[in-house]
Amino acid sequence: MKNLKKKFRFRIHLKSKHLLAIMTFFCISAIVATLASGITPAPLKEAAGLIIVPFENSIASIGQWLTDVHSTFQDKQDLIQANEELQATVDTLTEQNNVLIQDQAELTRLEQLYDLDEEYSDYPKIAARIISKDPGNWYDTFMINRGSSDGVRVDNNVIAGKGLVGIVTEVGSNWATVRAIIDDSSNVSAMTVSTDDNCVVEGDLELIDEGKLRFTQLYDQEDRVTVGERIVTSNISEKYVEGLFIGYVSEIELDTNNLTKTGTLVSPVDFQHLKDVFVITVNKQDDIQGEGQTQDGAEENTEAEESGTQEGAE
Amino acid sequence: MKSKVVLFVTIIICFILQTTVLHLFSIGSITPNLLLILCVSMGLMRGRKSGMWTGFICGLLIDLFYGSLFGFYALIYMYAGFFSGYAFRIYYDDDIKVPMLLTAVMDLLYNLAVYVLQFLLRGRIGLFTYLYRIIIPEMVYTVFLTVIVYKIFYYINKRFMTPTRKESESIWVLK
Repeated sequence: MKNLKKKFRFRIHLKSKHLLAIMTFFCISAIVATLASGITPAPLKEAAGLIIVPFENSIASIGQWLTDVHSTFQDKQDLIQANEELQATVDTLTEQNNVLIQDQAELTRLEQLYDLDEEYSDYPKIAARIISKDPGNWYDTFMINRGSSDGVRVDNNVIAGKGLVGIVTEVGSNWATVRAIIDDSSNVSAMTVSTDDNCVVEGDLELIDEGKLRFTQLYDQEDRVTVGERIVTSNISEKYVEGLFIGYVSEIELDTNNLTKTGTLVSPVDFQHLKDVFVITVNKQDDIQGEGQTQDGAEENTEAEESGTQEGAE
Repeated sequence: MKSKVVLFVTIIICFILQTTVLHLFSIGSITPNLLLILCVSMGLMRGRKSGMWTGFICGLLIDLFYGSLFGFYALIYMYAGFFSGYAFRIYYDDDIKVPMLLTAVMDLLYNLAVYVLQFLLRGRIGLFTYLYRIIIPEMVYTVFLTVIVYKIFYYINKRFMTPTRKESESIWVLK
């Protein structure tokens, strides 16, 4: 007992600055470990997810319920109903329209070359609800209530009714973290629908207010890409399945190198009020590597994502 | 022991509130930083070590769920808690002005640290855009939230945790 007390005493007397130094060392080594050797704290995350996620789920559903109650008071119930139905119709129609326009452009040029196996709406997808968001204001990541037990994997693409939302970066058994395309660290390899020119769509914190994204490295010598052009995920992207709608070009200008173009585009997705999303449960890598190696492929490629898409666009 | 359990539960509750509920109150997509308020409050009310541990656990939770670098937020929050712990010996904790000022300073430093380490190093040099768009609004909003929640933290500390003031009877004798 005395011994124990002595030990306790000793711990109290460990000076706080020494403790700080030890913890700092611990944190820095954790950062270096994740950065350099790719050790992931996945088991820790899984454990923490088991504790936190049920609470977040219930809070999200309470919030949903409160919102519902609120809207009942605010409007007439049938109006909401009608509005929801109309919205759903608009969503499906927009989606169909996107598919049609894409198909048309695709058909006219590529009919003889290959058959398009997959289309936008053909991808298997599951619905998910956003249960929590990044606590800071710098990044745009959120958590959804579906995880590996529902078939969600790392690198799955996430869409909302009208366009691409983001990509799954981490998965637990009953949760998954999604990085939105408007996140400052996000890069998406994309192409224009009418001319098939490749570019890179980047999230930019400075443009978030206007609801815009930046695109760069668009090579367009004949000035055929104009404002209003549709931009979709490209066929050469490693992470994103082909043909997901990203947005419309809103500004475009020539870079100082006189070769490539830069500009901004508007996404049809309302990221501020996003609640329900769809997760596409096939990965681009599945097509390339075949079903057997999908898991390995997905894990290997999490590292080289940004460089991968950058290279892919060039 | 009791205070540790209470502290841990408080941190978990704050984390859950921060990630789910506080987004509903965001103004212009700016959310106040409840976790930072918690770190600063604990540092101020219970000293450097408590502030440090609070910050470490808060940051670790963020890292576990949202961080790209494991340990990054833990480091920043830990330092925020630790430095606000320096105010423990100097100020009384029942005055609202001290935590307000401390939160403002810590939030500014925290955001600057995030900016420098994660944005400037990637070549995003528009500091003033970020300053006006994110850092200052967040600071103001967080200070505003401090006025409300500091009373709660103060109550939790007084009611459920073992007092730490005894240790600082030697308050004017800086060791």
